[in-house]
Amino acid sequence: MTAPTQKTLTASRAASNKASRVAWSDRVRYYLPTLLIFFAVLILWESLVRAFGVKQFILPAPSAILEAFFGSLTQMINLGLYTGAEALGGFIIGCSLGIGVSLATSRWTTARETLLPVAIAANSVPIIAFAPVMNNWFGVSNQFSKMAIVAVITFFPMMINMTRGLTLVEPSALELMRSYAVSEWTVLKEVRIPNSLPYMFNAFKVCSTLALIGAVVGEFFGGTRDALGVYITQEAAQFRFQNSWAAIVIACLLGIGFYLIIVAVERLAIPWHASVRKTDQ
Amino acid sequence: MSVVTIQAVNKIFGKAPNQTVALQDIQLEIEQGEFISLIGPSGCGKSTLLRIIGDLITPTNGTVLVNGKPAEKARLDRDYGIVFQAPVLFDWRSVEKNVQLPLEIMGKSSQERVARANQMLELVELNGFQKHYPYQLSGGMQQRVSIARALSFHPQLLLMDEPFGALDEITRERLNAELLNIWSHTKTTIVFVTHSIPEAVFLSTRVVVMSARPGRITQVIPIDLAQPRGMETREQPRFYELVTQVREALRGSEGIK
Amino acid sequence: MSESTLPGALVTNAENDVMDVLGADVAVPQPQRFKEGVKIVLRFLVVFGIAMVLWELVKFIGGSPWRFSTADGALFNLEWFPPFEWKIASDLNMPHLWDIFGALIQPAQRNGPPLVNVLAQAAVVTMTAALAGFLIGTAVGLFLGTVFAHSALLERSLVPYVVASQTIPILAIAPMVVVWLRAGWWSVALLAAYLCFFPVTINTLRGLRSPDPRAIELMNSYAASTWATLWKVRYPSALPYIFTALKIAATTAVVGAIIGELPSGIREGLGGAIMNFNQYYAITPHKLWAVIIFTAVVGILFFITVTLVERVMTRNMRKLEG
Repeated sequence: MTAPTQKTLTASRAASNKASRVAWSDRVRYYLPTLLIFFAVLILWESLVRAFGVKQFILPAPSAILEAFFGSLTQMINLGLYTGAEALGGFIIGCSLGIGVSLATSRWTTARETLLPVAIAANSVPIIAFAPVMNNWFGVSNQFSKMAIVAVITFFPMMINMTRGLTLVEPSALELMRSYAVSEWTVLKEVRIPNSLPYMFNAFKVCSTLALIGAVVGEFFGGTRDALGVYITQEAAQFRFQNSWAAIVIACLLGIGFYLIIVAVERLAIPWHASVRKTDQ
Repeated sequence: MSVVTIQAVNKIFGKAPNQTVALQDIQLEIEQGEFISLIGPSGCGKSTLLRIIGDLITPTNGTVLVNGKPAEKARLDRDYGIVFQAPVLFDWRSVEKNVQLPLEIMGKSSQERVARANQMLELVELNGFQKHYPYQLSGGMQQRVSIARALSFHPQLLLMDEPFGALDEITRERLNAELLNIWSHTKTTIVFVTHSIPEAVFLSTRVVVMSARPGRITQVIPIDLAQPRGMETREQPRFYELVTQVREALRGSEGIK
Repeated sequence: MSESTLPGALVTNAENDVMDVLGADVAVPQPQRFKEGVKIVLRFLVVFGIAMVLWELVKFIGGSPWRFSTADGALFNLEWFPPFEWKIASDLNMPHLWDIFGALIQPAQRNGPPLVNVLAQAAVVTMTAALAGFLIGTAVGLFLGTVFAHSALLERSLVPYVVASQTIPILAIAPMVVVWLRAGWWSVALLAAYLCFFPVTINTLRGLRSPDPRAIELMNSYAASTWATLWKVRYPSALPYIFTALKIAATTAVVGAIIGELPSGIREGLGGAIMNFNQYYAITPHKLWAVIIFTAVVGILFFITVTLVERVMTRNMRKLEG
């Protein structure tokens, strides 16, 4: 009686293997409209700027931005590295603290139920308003002041998501563990932590963007000229918009890169989860 | 020796004035090697009774002995395996690792774990699926993995809470036959919650009929169908007689209120 | 049960499972709900109480010397010299709570109205922009979500951009937007709108796809028009998703409005006030703190408003966990 099921499964796997072989051309065809739109917008933008002679300070043409970008590539990369380090540092601090706190409170129901609504409320606060305080605390030109604000911003979503992941466990899974008469620690290790991983990665994705926003906006409140946020505002104030835009290109690349790294790690770390699975079945 | 002894068990949920009497004055004795089905309308407390045997819920009063010890001691000694309506497999573990979970917890060596898991997967006819992940299996296959997991540490008692309730009729009948096969091989005592009359009759040595509000045992019907049972058992006149008997007992129990 | 998980900015990708439906909501009787509410408020107060005590405790151990005296020091003059001297706990870095809250009721400028009045006016300016942005962003998001739900081609071609637009630190373009729209109020609203539209688009799309396929089949069996299906089945089942997004958008709108004010030179709003008092931090740090705390409260109030609207509108619906 298993024979037929096994056969069908093997067959479907064979089919999916075949699918992955043709996937490339399929994928290209699938994303063709997306790519077309990208180039269409660029061409439209360029030609409109040229046709109507749009002033540089209103909107520079893509070609001008690219020129500015490659013209000062080293500077751009340095800007990216400087602000990227702030974002990454703050991300690591904030996420570690968030994970730590939610692990520490996962067993202690009262603490968790008290802290969670507070965290949710704190999450609806424009935390970025604290950036000037951090600048004053740790020094405007100190990279740690930006890391601190990034850490505060990323802490709350991390903690909220992680706590959900640790607590939203199937009740029967807990009953099963109880039937094995295991310790709370084993339940944490075998059930709660694996269960929280998808939530954790979601928080990582959200936090990666927030980290970059926090760093750049923190720099709007002051910083050295090595920083993306400072560079963008100063160049804009002096009407050298192509430079600002070039810096924005770097910021975008940083953001997308950060995000993609997390997605890649997620695929490796939780291949069993629905958001990551290859399309079997 | 009886495997399960339940004496004067009551279970009341909630506090006065809006409390519910889930179980009232339950008496039941289950012998070694029996296959007992608990059947009744929803709300009759059959799942609660099962959980009380497994010490997942504490009764309000009364005594529950499993293997001659208090239920809690039996749970701490890992005397029983349990299967839920949902397979409750861990997405992050492969089939093989899921079956090994209780063995890991009990600190068995990895050689023993692999050997036992393979043996169990063989038993539920899932050999070759060791490395698959739960999402790659059909519902029926997942439930078989969960049975393999429950049996992997050779418990003397298997508690099953509507394990096939979510499956289609065809799969269900197939798994019924398979479960009987496993039962006769392992000599495990099984307590099985269901609301399917033919399923209860086909599987059991005794069917315990319960009524709702308050949950009570109204009748215990011995099933004298010959062992081993197979597909042809379902076509015997005696099978229909017993099905009718259980159905009437259920109808009678509804009348009590 | 259904606070937004996702912070300030966004729902990241279409597969985001934090928003998955987790079974039906357990009906809670009204008085019990009230009790729950009181409990939450009490817990809030406890947490804030503890935080405030800790704040002052740190200052007591390692802050600047404490001085209490009447104006001329004649009546009484109490002093406390903390045993340690931590830079972080100095009056400059961590002003006394009573100084911070005192700053709110004292005049912002000599002979002017109290700071809290000035800030209330600033909040009106910022919140108008935030609200305008919120409404525009929501409208665009609902529209796009609906269009994407009905056109696979458009969804495929545009959704990747909608997602990508959120992986980039969009606030970086604030200075440009401000220049385009000549530093006006509209530039602030537009930024807020930009930040809002994404979560609403994605969640509208997911929500409109969420109904039970059998419900759609039922509508088809009635030969219902696309519109009828949209209004009677798809939108109602999308509501929990949409509200989750709205709560996220509410927060981002406020952030967007405040940040938008920074490069625009608008000084009438909360962002302007932060900039303004930031310059005097060395002299009056407690005023910057007062502004920030005021801003935080405004942010929470906006969030609570959206949450309450949600509670009312989805009273009888199953809740989204997440």
